Amino acid sequence: MFVLEGHHEKCWMKIKELAAVFYRKTYCPRKQSGHISFSEKKYCYSNPMKFEELKTSVGEWLKGTGPESDIVMSSRVRLARNLAQYPFVGRASETERSEIEDFLHSHLTKTSVGSRLEYTNLGGLEDLDRQFLVERQLISREHADASGARGVAIDPAEQVSLMINEEDHLRIQCIHSGLDLEAVWAQIRSVDEEIEAVVPYAFHQRWGYLTACPTNVGTGIRVSVMLHLPALVITRQIDKVFRSLHKISLAVRGLYGEGSQAFGDFYQISNQITLGRTEDELIAQVADVVPVLIDYERRAREFLLQETEQNVHDQVSRAFGILRTAQTISAEETMQLLSRVRMGVLLGLVDDLHVSDVNKLLVRTQPAHLQKMRGVDLDTKDRNIERARFLRSYFESGSPDDN
Amino acid sequence: MQCQQCDKQAMFHITELEAGGVRELHLCEDHARVYLNQAEADSQQEDAGTASGPLGVGQTAKELSEIDQRVCDMCGITFFEFRNQGRLGCPHDYVQFENELEPLIANIHGEVEHRGRRPNRQKSAGGDVLPESTEELTQVIGMRKDIRTAVEGEDYERAGKLRDNIQKILQKWHSEDSRN
Repeated sequence: MFVLEGHHEKCWMKIKELAAVFYRKTYCPRKQSGHISFSEKKYCYSNPMKFEELKTSVGEWLKGTGPESDIVMSSRVRLARNLAQYPFVGRASETERSEIEDFLHSHLTKTSVGSRLEYTNLGGLEDLDRQFLVERQLISREHADASGARGVAIDPAEQVSLMINEEDHLRIQCIHSGLDLEAVWAQIRSVDEEIEAVVPYAFHQRWGYLTACPTNVGTGIRVSVMLHLPALVITRQIDKVFRSLHKISLAVRGLYGEGSQAFGDFYQISNQITLGRTEDELIAQVADVVPVLIDYERRAREFLLQETEQNVHDQVSRAFGILRTAQTISAEETMQLLSRVRMGVLLGLVDDLHVSDVNKLLVRTQPAHLQKMRGVDLDTKDRNIERARFLRSYFESGSPDDN
Repeated sequence: MQCQQCDKQAMFHITELEAGGVRELHLCEDHARVYLNQAEADSQQEDAGTASGPLGVGQTAKELSEIDQRVCDMCGITFFEFRNQGRLGCPHDYVQFENELEPLIANIHGEVEHRGRRPNRQKSAGGDVLPESTEELTQVIGMRKDIRTAVEGEDYERAGKLRDNIQKILQKWHSEDSRN
């Protein structure tokens, strides 16, 4: 006898899946369904998209180019949109979800942006491939872990991704490397307008664009900037930053926005409010605060160099030493150490390493990337060994692509 | 100030903007880290808090339970279900529950009027300019439900009529299923 509990619908779906698998394995291995009815396409795998060529590249958000890229990793805008003629995703039946996916997929291909993108049916992918897309920030974790008909269209440069049947019917996302919010907004706006010309988005005169959650209603916009703030963390000023950002209703999140991973000194700053202000005002709200944060971080880095150079140099060197010699290492620890080393490189404390190397390692040491490179599924223990092996050979040879 | 979870000094003062309310937290560095990690996991319902907080002040329990029982004519969600899940059922909810949602939205955004971009509507299939609001198109959700009821009651004439009406609306809005 066992009891599984879940408070969220998504949670509940997961439990249902687990329970179904458990039931099948334990009680009637050959019968497809027992007391738990279950009609997911979940277990039929196919491989419609080749991620092979992506696995050794870094993706747009870690390219390390663009303005202020020593501190600003990436700039991102996403828009939440829904079809007027269907219930929101959480309330849609399985058939309706398939219809929504078909409708959006077929209408997107009519737009010039849609025809440039590669479409992937997420339900038909293996977990590892979905995880891989999450690590590249092309889909959200929620989108990866959900069930039912859903998909994503990605442009080859990995700047634009269109998520279908995430929390809303359509989530348009655009990411650029470095601090580049204006260009991101211009790009996503034109994508949005192009789609809106063929798909009438649900709209209300007073409430604006209608979304499944009232926290996104109005503009449906989320503007975020990913910052690397190691010196503010070391000098313990980061809490002050948090406080002041919350006061002006900006949110602070971690790298992947997920519980199991440490921050590694990466923070995402984004707007909370979506209604009652124009998109330009909401973008400005985030954009205005970034130069201030950059300035704080630069000053903290200078302070560290002037006042505690030996200490900082020691910390950075130790971090580098562990990365080069460890025999087993977790993703979390790797992230933290790479963060320190990244700062060290920027402060001129590490010689033969470039920031782009560190950025590359940040994504390639992530669990799914590691497994895709190795070509096999690995459990946590083996992943940690493989990660350490990969890091050692990277630093030894400097040409990990041959591995 | 002391951390709300232990005896250490509170270094992080977090104001959570949840739909329906504001929550203040005072935490030491360790607990803040734990909390924020957790909040992260929760907020993979991306970006959103749940909208299950308290409604406006001054409503009695009876009034609240009456509100909870209200049902959307299109998707059939009750206000109670919405408060529980934090997610609305369909675009019509914003019309059906407008009065109930207003204090909630005001609480989240501090505003109750959209000021951003508006759709640039093309002409309808019939040549008229389509309205900004898509409420007419959303009515289709309710009509599909009515078809199911009609078919169950073996009222095929009514089902056929409803199907024709749906097609008309979808065509007007250029939203026909492209497979048909």
